[in-house]
Amino acid sequence: MAEEKIIVTITGQDKTGIVAKIATTMAEVGVNIEDIKQTVMQDYFVMMMLCNIEQSKLSFSEIKEKLEEAAKSIKMAIWVQRKEIFDRMYTI
Amino acid sequence: MSMNFDIKNVIETINMIKVHHLDIRTVTLALSLRDCCTTDTKTTAVKIYDKITKYASNLAKYANQLEDEFSIPIINKRIAVTPVSIVTESIENPDFVYIAKMLDKAAEEVGVDFLGGYSALVEKGCTEGDKRFMASIPEALAQTNRICSSINLATSKAGINMLGVYKTAEIIKKAAELTKDKDGLAAAKFVCFCNSVTDNPFMAGAYCGVNEPECALNIGVSGPGVVRWAVQNMPKTADLGEVANTIKKTAFKITTTGELIGRELAKRLNIPFGVVDLSLAPTPAEGDSVAGIFQAMGLSDAGAHGTTAALAMLNDAVKKGGIMASSSVGGLSGAFIPVSEDANMMEAARKGILTIDKLEAMTSVCSVGLDMIAIPGDTPTTTIAGMIADEMAIGMINKKTTAVRVIPVYGKKAGEWAKFGGLLGEAPIMEMNKADSSVFINRLGRIPAPIHSLNN
Repeated sequence: MAEEKIIVTITGQDKTGIVAKIATTMAEVGVNIEDIKQTVMQDYFVMMMLCNIEQSKLSFSEIKEKLEEAAKSIKMAIWVQRKEIFDRMYTI
Repeated sequence: MSMNFDIKNVIETINMIKVHHLDIRTVTLALSLRDCCTTDTKTTAVKIYDKITKYASNLAKYANQLEDEFSIPIINKRIAVTPVSIVTESIENPDFVYIAKMLDKAAEEVGVDFLGGYSALVEKGCTEGDKRFMASIPEALAQTNRICSSINLATSKAGINMLGVYKTAEIIKKAAELTKDKDGLAAAKFVCFCNSVTDNPFMAGAYCGVNEPECALNIGVSGPGVVRWAVQNMPKTADLGEVANTIKKTAFKITTTGELIGRELAKRLNIPFGVVDLSLAPTPAEGDSVAGIFQAMGLSDAGAHGTTAALAMLNDAVKKGGIMASSSVGGLSGAFIPVSEDANMMEAARKGILTIDKLEAMTSVCSVGLDMIAIPGDTPTTTIAGMIADEMAIGMINKKTTAVRVIPVYGKKAGEWAKFGGLLGEAPIMEMNKADSSVFINRLGRIPAPIHSLNN
């Protein structure tokens, strides 16, 4: 893979333990968190994480599956995408 | 590439995909079949089948991978081949339908939904091979599921082949008649062109031009819903220069996404990247409508006075934004106006506001032409030919691509509905002009190429 960075977006009702759950799962699969941003929009909790998956032994789709499982267990919606899609759109 | 990421941008991108139907409409593998010509039907068919299944075996698999990694839907996987009229020209006593069925089988084998290129290029006249081939089109379309066919009938340099126009009208009638139990579905898989494009990834008109390389991956991106949303968010008092600018910026974003996915897929398939074609192609889904963009601009319906101007501005702004985003813009790039595939256009047609005459005017400034229009099944062949000739003339004089994809629906009259299903949608059958064109059409011959100076 040319670019090893992904953006993970998590949304849903705010509750305790969201960051802990997702971050623990990331640590388990060897995904390094480089930056976290979060906000509350219209009563919805929105968190975005910039991560590096270079060190992970799992493939992109395996990582995605694990993160989706983790998000589902705490009833949050999750988007896992390679980062380039965001870079291209907003850079001339 | 920037290390940072902006929450606003991430949310906008996800909104564009999830709420406003930004998608990769098609990844189309263009494949030359020039090396498959033999003198025997079966040998040619086997060579074609082997080549397609070899090159396209991983197309669907890798496309699905990318869909997963970028979370952007890739709606269709398709193949475009060298015009089959050329590939089959040397065959003695050719069995064209057999070839068509083998193409269909290859398409099914590699998991693509359409294969285009059952085509002929006859703008200056027909060879003996072209004539035999063209006669096979209705049967080939009726007996296959995934084959799309096209004929180029005119160019700005060659003029209009009026014998070809008449033959094409016959093909459309026959194809519709053979599939009258499905409201003429075979005719929906056929299109005729003026100034056809050799690297177009969209169906029914995709084929791999004889001037194209061995193979290439062309990508078609779409997003009328995204453009509508961007325009809708502007104040009603924003002047049209500002609206055009917003459309350009949106087109830029959509095109960059397309090129990113296209280049990545080409790399994985280990073939060259061809072009990105940004065409606003509507679907019947709520909000994914080109007519919806006109409404966001401030017209009550598609077809209101001002629609041609709105479409001209839209089409031009889309091209400008696309060109800025990529040096590999090609194909048709602009706004499609297929009536049956656009919910708001269907509604305008149902109300009688959007008529064939207005659509014809709109095709002089849109990306292609009269597209997915259902007409009464008893429309005379010469009337359909007249409609085609008009459309070819608009393309020839204006040096643009124009096309006709009409479906005569047997046993149904104007005002009734034709239902094609899937991406092809449904359409109200439109009222045709009842005046007679037959003497003009039956003159046949060729309309000479136009003068390219003294433009006015």
